[in-house]
Amino acid sequence: MLRTREDLQAFQGQQADLMQKEAAETRAKILVGMGTCGIAAGAQEVYDAILDELKKLNIEDVAVAQTGCIGFCAQEPLAEVILPGSKKVLYGQIDAEKAREIVVQHIEGGKPVSEWAVNGRGRFPGDVETDDEILDYDQVPFFRTQLRIALRNCGVINPESLGEYVVRDGYQSLAKVLTDMTPADVIEVIKKSGLRGRGGGGFPTGVKWEFAFNQPKGQKYIVCNADEGDPGAFMDRSILEGDPHSVVEGMAIGAYAIGADRGYIYCRAEYPIAVRRLNLAIAQAKEQGLLGENILGTGFSFDLEVRLGAGAFVCGEETALLASIEGERGEPRLRPPYPAVSGLWGKPTIINNVETFANVAPIIGRGADWFNSIGSENSKGTKVFALAGEINNIGLAEIPMGTTLREVIFDIGGGIPAGKSFKGAQTGGPSGGCIPAEYLDTPIDYDNLAKLGTIMGSGGLIIMAEDTCMVDLARFFLDFTQEESCGKCPPCRVGTTVMLDTLDKIVAGKGEEGDLETLQELGENIKAASLCGLGQTAPNPVLSTMRYFRDEYVEHVYDKKCRSGVCAALFQYYIIPDLCKRCGICAKKCPVQCISGDRNTPYVIDQDLCIKCGVCMESCPFDAIIKQ
Amino acid sequence: MGTCNCKTAWDELHEVIEAYRGQESALIEVLHRAQEIMGYLPRDVQEAVAEGLNVPLNKVYGVVSFYHHFSVEPKGKYQIAVCYGTACYVKGAPAVVSALEEKLGIKAGETTEDGKFSLAAVRCLGACSLAPVMTINQKAYGMMDGDKAVEVLQQYE
Repeated sequence: MLRTREDLQAFQGQQADLMQKEAAETRAKILVGMGTCGIAAGAQEVYDAILDELKKLNIEDVAVAQTGCIGFCAQEPLAEVILPGSKKVLYGQIDAEKAREIVVQHIEGGKPVSEWAVNGRGRFPGDVETDDEILDYDQVPFFRTQLRIALRNCGVINPESLGEYVVRDGYQSLAKVLTDMTPADVIEVIKKSGLRGRGGGGFPTGVKWEFAFNQPKGQKYIVCNADEGDPGAFMDRSILEGDPHSVVEGMAIGAYAIGADRGYIYCRAEYPIAVRRLNLAIAQAKEQGLLGENILGTGFSFDLEVRLGAGAFVCGEETALLASIEGERGEPRLRPPYPAVSGLWGKPTIINNVETFANVAPIIGRGADWFNSIGSENSKGTKVFALAGEINNIGLAEIPMGTTLREVIFDIGGGIPAGKSFKGAQTGGPSGGCIPAEYLDTPIDYDNLAKLGTIMGSGGLIIMAEDTCMVDLARFFLDFTQEESCGKCPPCRVGTTVMLDTLDKIVAGKGEEGDLETLQELGENIKAASLCGLGQTAPNPVLSTMRYFRDEYVEHVYDKKCRSGVCAALFQYYIIPDLCKRCGICAKKCPVQCISGDRNTPYVIDQDLCIKCGVCMESCPFDAIIKQ
Repeated sequence: MGTCNCKTAWDELHEVIEAYRGQESALIEVLHRAQEIMGYLPRDVQEAVAEGLNVPLNKVYGVVSFYHHFSVEPKGKYQIAVCYGTACYVKGAPAVVSALEEKLGIKAGETTEDGKFSLAAVRCLGACSLAPVMTINQKAYGMMDGDKAVEVLQQYE
């Protein structure tokens, strides 16, 4: 039990000694990335195989540990081998068999298997020229321009160990604010740092805290929004799974600043590993006296608990989230009053996102000026983006604000898979918009994204190639928001339904004169009249794709064509008679027997029967079948 | 509505309800636990929760019907979930769903007559590097297409 700040220092020293002792007694350490995507890709099998192989070889002086998401998801399962005195080696896309081979060659033989190493020379185009077979991480394009503040511990520490967090200066910032700073000082530092909400809105965090601070003394609450609902964004999950204590510490600091003694983390039920690790972190912090009564003997008390979401996107909206914590249907209510004035059970409440809280301790520890020096004019610090979709290096990238989209997609992300070309990038998920190729050189920050008609959102960055139909994509997002609309206010409930019906009609080839105008007008009205953020942003994907890809809408409505070949009603498979060699393979493969022909007559597709499955095109050895 | 008659599950449910007796704000927590224990939330389970937490039954039903996670219908022995997040959608999740629908003879959101499989298109599972992703009873299968998904299904028949 840590009763003073000095106790915490002593604990840090003691844990560091323990780790050093362990390092001295072992010849190597192997870390396996065990976040959700690592486990889904087979990390558990890899972990077990490593242990088993070590046992077989009678090797006892190797430490094997799990860590959170290393961030390079496309390379999962990932394992890092650390041998004292040589460069760390990060192995990617390994399986149980490769893992055993790594133990034999690298641990037992002392020679890295460089062709499986993510930081092996030549593994990715664009790495540096060197004679070394193994590169430093910052020589690998995926890591080179990243700056990890929120993700500082993810993939580095064992998320289930409080000691490892403390060794990396964990809870020092909390100790500092409790002993050396007044709540007003803390708020001043956060304000000066320029930290803005990472959940989407981008509201200055320090200003928000000040609102709650200025409320009369009494019961106040602090809440972490961990209801990461944007499909394709998974940075919050990675932080919760990879470094849960950073969120706990950030919340405790925030609680001290505003005068709250109770907090809730509202987490998606779909993230079982995150929930388990959060609960473990809270229990560890309580056991050591870093949460609970009279923390570090300073008289400050703060208690924290996890509340589970139940699958409602609207609960990412702060007032709906609060209703859900209270055990109600997650319906938003009108603001003002803002939660900072009247929130949970009518008391002043601050709600911040996971990534926002993860930034707090470093800002306190290293100062507002340090944080302030990173980023662009009005957007300070870094932002974590989840790169997904048609991109080579799917993963998490934490970059200084102001980095261009091109750098993120082509340098860190490794570009678009071979044979495809970049069409657009969606930021902000179903609340955001699409950025076309001509704006690739825009520096990413809150203001620039707003100018392009999209939002930063929580940091989902979905890359689309030319075979994505923008009309269909807009329909997909609207289908999502329409279903997730809670139904409380008519502009959102009825408006999104009418917009979706219109889009359904268009992708079915039944679009008519006036439909595009309806979409535009309705979209603008829904944005203006909806009660909460869900409705106010729901039309964005449609409005932004209409702004940048209007041609495609026009083609769908007037020419009944889908150039990407996605909308089934708007294209046909066609066999080019001159190219058809009359082999009959397509006719054999066709699941509905709608292709006819013989050795003497070229094959033809009966369009009335065709279900547009595309099997014929895939199976034709002569590329004689096209979509048109 | 049919309900599980196993006494032990009901005993467990009552223990949970007792632990939260009268705590209205614990409704969602209790429903989570109740669904874990009973598999779904039929009317009699909702009634027991309403009585225990001292919440009107209509409010319990209001909450149950609001959140996707809660189900008033029993689910299949094998619960297939195809991720319909953006990354999976862009990379071909719709084809996976239609192949499974065709194979199982049900639509997404339904359960096969023999109670073996239920199929759902779900919100982002956050495993975007494996897109399109499908899970069967929490076990994840990545990089799916229609044929692969149907092939995976055979392991469960």
